[in-house]
Amino acid sequence: MGILSLTIFLPALGALAIGAIPGLSARFSRLIALAAATVSLCLSFYMFAVYDSAAGGFQFEDSFQWIPSINAGYHVGIDGLSLLLVLLTSLLGFISVLVSYKTELRPRAFFAWLLLLETSILGVFSSLDLLLFFVFWEIEVIPMYFLISNWGSGRKEYSAFKYVLYTLFGSAFMLAGIMGLYFTAGTFNLPELYQTELSLVAGSLPMAAMFFLLIIGFAVKLPVFPLHTWLPDAHTDAPTAASIMLAGSLIKMGGYGIFRICLGLFPGEAQHFAPLFMGLAMVSIVYGGAITLRQTDIKRLIAYSSVSHMGFVLLGLFSLHYIGLTGACLQLVSHGLITGLLFAGAGILMHNTHERHIKKLGGLARQMPVLAGVFTIASIGAMGVPGTSGFIAEVSVFLGAFSASSIAGSAVFTIISLTGILLAAAYMLTTLLKVFFGPAKPSFDSVADLTRLEKFYCGLLIAGIFLIGLYPAIATDVLEPAIAPLASLWGG
Amino acid sequence: MNNIPEQLIWMIPGLPLAAFVALFILVRSLKIRSNLNGYLAIAATAASFALSLWVAAGLFNAPAEHGITGFEWLNLGGILVIELGLTINPLTGIMLVVVTLVSLLVQIYSLGYMHGSKSLNRYFAFISLFTFAMLGLVMADNLLIMFMCWELVGLCSYLLIGFWYHRPAAAQAARKAFFITRIGDFGFLAAILLLFTSAGTLNVNDIHAAAIAGAVSSTVITWAALGIFMGAMGKSAQFPLHTWLPDAMEGPTPVSALIHAATMVASGVFLVGRMYPLFELSPTALSTVATIGAVTALFAGTIALVMHDIKKVLAYSTISQLGYMMLGLGLGDVAIALFHLFTHAFFKALLFMGAGSVNHSTGTFDMRKMGGLARLMPWTCATFVIGSLSLSGIWPLAGFFSKEEILNSALSNQPVLFAMALLTAFMTAFYMFRVVFLTFGGEYQSRLKPHESGKVMIIPMLVLAVLAVSAGWLNLTGRLTTILGHGHEQSWIYGFLGIFTHPLAWISLAVAGSGIFLAWAMYQKRWLSARKVAWTFRSAYTVFFHKYWIDELYEKYIGARLFNNGLFNLFNRFDAVVIDGTVNDVAGLNLKSSKAIRTLQNGRLTQYGLVFLFGIAAIALLVIFTG
Repeated sequence: MGILSLTIFLPALGALAIGAIPGLSARFSRLIALAAATVSLCLSFYMFAVYDSAAGGFQFEDSFQWIPSINAGYHVGIDGLSLLLVLLTSLLGFISVLVSYKTELRPRAFFAWLLLLETSILGVFSSLDLLLFFVFWEIEVIPMYFLISNWGSGRKEYSAFKYVLYTLFGSAFMLAGIMGLYFTAGTFNLPELYQTELSLVAGSLPMAAMFFLLIIGFAVKLPVFPLHTWLPDAHTDAPTAASIMLAGSLIKMGGYGIFRICLGLFPGEAQHFAPLFMGLAMVSIVYGGAITLRQTDIKRLIAYSSVSHMGFVLLGLFSLHYIGLTGACLQLVSHGLITGLLFAGAGILMHNTHERHIKKLGGLARQMPVLAGVFTIASIGAMGVPGTSGFIAEVSVFLGAFSASSIAGSAVFTIISLTGILLAAAYMLTTLLKVFFGPAKPSFDSVADLTRLEKFYCGLLIAGIFLIGLYPAIATDVLEPAIAPLASLWGG
Repeated sequence: MNNIPEQLIWMIPGLPLAAFVALFILVRSLKIRSNLNGYLAIAATAASFALSLWVAAGLFNAPAEHGITGFEWLNLGGILVIELGLTINPLTGIMLVVVTLVSLLVQIYSLGYMHGSKSLNRYFAFISLFTFAMLGLVMADNLLIMFMCWELVGLCSYLLIGFWYHRPAAAQAARKAFFITRIGDFGFLAAILLLFTSAGTLNVNDIHAAAIAGAVSSTVITWAALGIFMGAMGKSAQFPLHTWLPDAMEGPTPVSALIHAATMVASGVFLVGRMYPLFELSPTALSTVATIGAVTALFAGTIALVMHDIKKVLAYSTISQLGYMMLGLGLGDVAIALFHLFTHAFFKALLFMGAGSVNHSTGTFDMRKMGGLARLMPWTCATFVIGSLSLSGIWPLAGFFSKEEILNSALSNQPVLFAMALLTAFMTAFYMFRVVFLTFGGEYQSRLKPHESGKVMIIPMLVLAVLAVSAGWLNLTGRLTTILGHGHEQSWIYGFLGIFTHPLAWISLAVAGSGIFLAWAMYQKRWLSARKVAWTFRSAYTVFFHKYWIDELYEKYIGARLFNNGLFNLFNRFDAVVIDGTVNDVAGLNLKSSKAIRTLQNGRLTQYGLVFLFGIAAIALLVIFTG
């Protein structure tokens, strides 16, 4: 078993240990969870350090036969994009464990599900076999269901169930698409599929049909308008750790799937339908941002802002242009860090003040100066202020999408999408104003600010936001070999 | 360029950045409690100023453009390559001096004004970051880096307006400033996209070269220039994006002097000047700049006539003078606009410091509660009068020379705009001396015992007073405007006195003089009752006093009714009722059907079974419709 497989399965092993050891105390289950998440994070960092971007391609591969009769294998490997997403996921997994370290309600089960969730997401980002990809994709639903329905708040059962049904709805189409690919090319293996000129093979399904079956599954997850309404409910009612994983890492599976499968295997269809998806991206950005402005629940507000920010990913992906694709990949990582920070901050805020309604908060910068600083940084990231990762990601998306001259209407879509930065400024600044500024309220006088542990994990995310924002080459250098071959499919 | 080593030029923006890092990150995290933070920031800015002066002196003697290559910051597949490099040219040189000098003086002044305030560390850290960003904006040779600094300057402005975040008005003003300027930035960013797509580069000089060589179509140039100007309108508070600047006065007064009078608000003028080759290729863009500038100058001047808050008068005056600069740019002349920017920076910063000094001792900005301060605060009064005379355009003070150039250019190019500018000059003289007589003349109105401010505040004001008198003399020989690319050299005596051979000088002096006389008659001698005048012109007075109801239009009607409670609310309800409603209906239907199927299959159907069913149904549908 190679280092990548170890990274993927360590959290699951931790979950297994927590579940299997009878009578394990809460303290030890925490420690096991922390150990598994920490080692997995360290291994991800190690892979990031030794990944050879000059050579490019998929590295740290592990491959063996799994179901020989249908030629399905266990095949994992990562390129630059997978690498960054694996790093992001293991970082957020680690932080999620820290965030919920004090969980009192059945900590054993909680940490077991949380770790299993991490493994499944890591598996999605690393799978090079479509059946394996699908299996990881589906496994993720189970821990998320239990995390939301058992440890959530508000209408948690409704939100959890909605999440499950919506995901299954999307993955039904996706599975049909994967089957279509299998019966066309006779393999689930992604590198082999890349080598096959699919359009020349007499397939079981028309190419466009497979493309749409697959992208519906991914569009639900990203999410793309009009398939997004599961997201605000799930994010709002999930416990903080699950919100961080969901918004920070899990929804990136949608963007990743489009990049890896829809664009990589269907370049002709992608180009043909690019105006449709750029249009949907534009709607997601503007419509999502506008709705965000109407929200008064702080978690729901952050959740809706994700709809808008994921629109930038879709816009960048369907620019089919090197710069736009890079911007989309950067946005996946950047949004993971920024939204992770926003949800972590919102979690601390709600935990300490017992209040989540924006209009009932106010003036907290006096009582919680550190949290105010953290939230301000997260907000300027979400607004795309230079120096943060949000800026470089969004500006690359815009430059790429505007330059995509071969796609009808790309300039118009981009200019309208540009109003997304105005909407983002409006809702983030208003949130800061209503929650933190203005006269301090005496009712919050005894509210505690960040503890050392909280400062530590918020600091990790802040460091990531500024690292990419100030020195984007750290991300773009590893992304280049992953994106260049894809961009060359459309001659750019 | 005096052969200044490149490392020293890098230190001009580098030192304030280092001060920011030291103050914000090191001192905060190490929790060092000390009062040295201000001195650290001042030392960094002072060194930066000395280097800037060195650079500028070299350029004054031998104007040229120097590029300093930096390192590659971003390289996306060789298509988008961003290098961090610096450009030094006369335009940059003049901005470097203005930014570092005003920043230095404001920080010294702040030692007195902000004394005893909480979080001074944060204050000086943000001022240092602002100074860095402003210098970066001025020196950057790449449009994307310029845009980054541009946004960073706006962020610092936001953070400093909201420095007293517990005051609701300050917090609201900060949000408004960021948001309204960002509307302008939308245009700037769109222009960047357009230029990158058409010219294939974001390097400023390469863009100019491509535009001049005709590699970029004239439509693109016009749209790009208009987009850039939209950004400039936001930052330089030009009508209709001006509403944030008067509100920004909620920030600490030294911040107003630095950011909202002398430097950041002038960066829009600088930006248009920096991208001038594009504007020169587009008559449409140039006439837009000139018209917006003249309209803004007149419009803001009328509001300044009736404000009671001394800082609000100064804020509208700043908007008006920025309009003057834009008018200068639109008339086809970078040099005269930059000359006015240069002199304006000094006398307007001085006036703000004077207002701050008055506030520091009386505790108010409301002129109705002042009066008679001339005897109690002689230094403040003297410097304020000098600043007002300079702003009113009285010979031989700085404002006279720079205003004269703009009026002169307008007279020979655009008679209508000239008339607007002349009317503005009259109003400027009137409202400034209205402030002078209301604040310093007459009898003191309140019970508090005002006192003169301390030396640490007076000395920066004296320095600026000297510059408010003499800054214009730099161009007596026409040297300054010449190195800025437009002007002719002459003897200094001709520049000093010979200007009166032209009737315009007499006209503008007469106009300014009559404005001052009217203010004297109304507010000092009270021959004319201000109330009666207001009553006679009550319809105009009401319009001016309510600032043409533009804030109400934006906030109540466009912001709230049209967007937030209108369109956005509609979206929100559409999302809940139509989209989510459909989802829930479909899910409900599926649950029902699955129950039905489950009874058929003796309850053996698992979730995956259902999934497969959907998948196969989807395949069937797609085969039918697409195959």
